[in-house]
Amino acid sequence: MPNSASASVLPEPRTSGLGRVLITVYLILALAATMRALYQIVAKFDEAPLAYSLSLLSGFVYMIATVALLKRTGVWRVIAWIALLFEFAGVIIIGALSIVLPELFAHDSVWSHFGSGYLFVPLVLPVLGMVWLRRDRVTLHAETDDAKATVREGKR
Amino acid sequence: MITWFGIAIIVLAVCAGIVSVVSFARKRTPNDYTLGATLLVGLLLLAQVVIAIIAPFTGNHAAGDPLEFWMYLITALVLPFGAAFWALIDRKRTAILVLLVVNLSVAVMVYRMMVIWG
Repeated sequence: MPNSASASVLPEPRTSGLGRVLITVYLILALAATMRALYQIVAKFDEAPLAYSLSLLSGFVYMIATVALLKRTGVWRVIAWIALLFEFAGVIIIGALSIVLPELFAHDSVWSHFGSGYLFVPLVLPVLGMVWLRRDRVTLHAETDDAKATVREGKR
Repeated sequence: MITWFGIAIIVLAVCAGIVSVVSFARKRTPNDYTLGATLLVGLLLLAQVVIAIIAPFTGNHAAGDPLEFWMYLITALVLPFGAAFWALIDRKRTAILVLLVVNLSVAVMVYRMMVIWG
């Protein structure tokens, strides 16, 4: 990338490459899940309180994950990992429960049937997020080393 | 909701998506074509907001829940402008992929809105 030299000096993490797309998909999923859950809770909460509450919770976690992935330094990195692991556990556990105990999840939540109502995006996204977060750590370290090298060269 | 107008938004959003894919393949950064197409989708959605406000007064009522319809419409309206803004402040090649994702999402959401309106 031609502008990497100037960008490596910045302390803020660069949101480059596919990470940017990942964060966009996260944001859209967060919006979709939260808005839909809010509607379900306002309009028909008593029909399936558990499924709708879970949808809202997942919506909030997607929002936290979106912000944490954007920041992803220090505490935010830990928060991002927790949010991603929570989502992955959620989609696996609720996905399995919705098939084993369908009466509990008669109405769709984001995670029912492994997120099939959302084209299985909720199943794939946390995995992609974790892969990216691991790879991103490598580039972040490389960048700090770069910056140190530049400083050292500057002193000489 | 006016059916042909809804279809027009979907077609335009998909076209904007195709323009984005082509621009990305040609290693472009966000330019007038990709940003323009996305903003055009946003403007059509703004027009859809006006239509959705006026339609019930002309006897064109939603078959589904208006609240659900409006939640989709407002979310869809935010996306193109947000994506275009992000692409402008950070003009990288992958910003075009963001425009692609957003345009395809808008197409799906408008389809859902048409189903809700009936």
